[in-house]
Amino acid sequence: MSILVRNVSKRFGEFVALDDISLDVESGALTALLGPSGSGKSTLLRIIAGLEEADNGEILLGGKDATALAPQKRNVGFVFQHYAAFKHMTVRDNIAFGLKVRKRPKAEIAERVDELLNLVQLQSFGHRYPAQLSGGQRQRMGLARALAPEPQVLLLDEPFGALDARVRAELREWLRQLHDVVHVTTVFVTHDQDEAMEISDQIAVINHGRLEQVGSPRELYDEPASEFVMTFVGDAQPLGDSLVRPHDIELLHEPAERTVEAMIVRVTFLGRDAKVELHDTSGAEILVLMTRDQFDESGFWRGQTVWAQPHRERVFAEAG
Amino acid sequence: MKGVLSRLGLRTIALLYLAVILVGPLAVVFWRTFEDGVAPAWDALTTPETIHAFKLTLIITAIAVPVNTVFGIVCALAIVRKRFRGKGLLNAFIDLPLALSPVVVGLALFLLYGENGWFGGWLNEHGIQVLFALPSMVIATIFVSLPFVAREVVPTLREIGDEQEQAARTLGANGWQTFWRITLPSIRWALIYGVILTTARCLGEYGAVAVVSGRLQGQTETATLRVQERYEAFDLAGAYAISILLALVAILVLVAMTVIRPKEETA
Repeated sequence: MSILVRNVSKRFGEFVALDDISLDVESGALTALLGPSGSGKSTLLRIIAGLEEADNGEILLGGKDATALAPQKRNVGFVFQHYAAFKHMTVRDNIAFGLKVRKRPKAEIAERVDELLNLVQLQSFGHRYPAQLSGGQRQRMGLARALAPEPQVLLLDEPFGALDARVRAELREWLRQLHDVVHVTTVFVTHDQDEAMEISDQIAVINHGRLEQVGSPRELYDEPASEFVMTFVGDAQPLGDSLVRPHDIELLHEPAERTVEAMIVRVTFLGRDAKVELHDTSGAEILVLMTRDQFDESGFWRGQTVWAQPHRERVFAEAG
Repeated sequence: MKGVLSRLGLRTIALLYLAVILVGPLAVVFWRTFEDGVAPAWDALTTPETIHAFKLTLIITAIAVPVNTVFGIVCALAIVRKRFRGKGLLNAFIDLPLALSPVVVGLALFLLYGENGWFGGWLNEHGIQVLFALPSMVIATIFVSLPFVAREVVPTLREIGDEQEQAARTLGANGWQTFWRITLPSIRWALIYGVILTTARCLGEYGAVAVVSGRLQGQTETATLRVQERYEAFDLAGAYAISILLALVAILVLVAMTVIRPKEETA
């Protein structure tokens, strides 16, 4: 089921949370809304779910206007950052909730809950209460609960934001696999660019309530549409008048076209990469990444003066 | 060592204070009641007027408690979950019965429902007796016991937040289902606690009811009014016996609250 966002704006008092956003989410895709905190990405997700009302604009779910529809009539699954577990219910009852309010037959509910407990690997936890689960388990329960009524759209608001790094990485991978099995149109909000790059088919970058760019992870990385996207998705630094990524700088022994003179001040080895830190003649820092082999072959040494040549650098009109 | 001493000191002061102010008078009432054995007390309790007084107190409580429970939940939800003009005013007004003397409440009802009051004339013409009858006594009791449910439920509602309710909505629950299945179970201990406090307040109400009831024996005399009436008639045994029964109910309420409190904290 596709999601179309048409010219949506939202203010909270004087604060502009969303400024005329339009976005197409492909049916069946896993889409990330990526942006720094306060960028409006969660507000957009909540507007799609109906938990927040847009001041202007329209939301179309599966081609039908859902702008004025109450959240319970949109058939969306929503996963909250802080789980929003029903504390007074067991894991089974949490997952069954969406089916119970739809008055499905008991046998059918029991069967579906078993199926979902299996899917999220909580088979032996059905009779526990949320307080007896770890954060990762609670969030898996949240996912199962959201998926139980077979929603047309699955929305996740910073789903792994409250978890520690290791569990986050695990669940991220697991969500990608889950999506390959379930195939429901999925939108998730994150401020973590690695998370977005790793699992999504499509990324929408949002900043200050505006949509900066929509594209595949590769497109965003290779063809960033703005300075913000270039610096937010992957690392980038100014070199001359342009922005360039650390591994797109070549170090030369002699001056050449478009080179900047700099001195090597520090070299660090990060596994297979070598991180070379330089200062240009004005003292500004330049960071260069190359493989260890490249560094060894080059014969560079600390304190040496070299010439840095940017490749695939980009100049943005708004830069500066 | 010093910490232990000061803790023991504090404990002694607290217990002494309670003994002098609360337990002492209560013990005296018990002692005086059963001074001549159980029989006089039992006789005093089983007169038709006293039985009627207790019945009346129970009827008033049975009406006032459900009304204030529903009102308290609605008010708490409005204060915590909604944004509207005059919310601060509502929040302040709920506490008014705690600050206002019940006698003043009684007088205000007199002014409204008396023969020359705002509504009194019209109601009289239509044959509806409010003052010196059950309606005014119920209204007075509702007024004085109004804050307790809302005051207990508001902090709990704030604490649980509205994410669970939002989750229920996205899962397909309408407002009513969300309230019954999510909100109510989440606030249940606070609600029960509020209901118990309300009940205790209703059973013990004296001032406002004294003003509006007219204190007609066997008609508009509640249990607390009956105590005063017996006392003024120099029937001390009767007054004490009724007091004892009221005190027993209060102790029962206290026990119920102690049983519920720990559960509320671990929930």
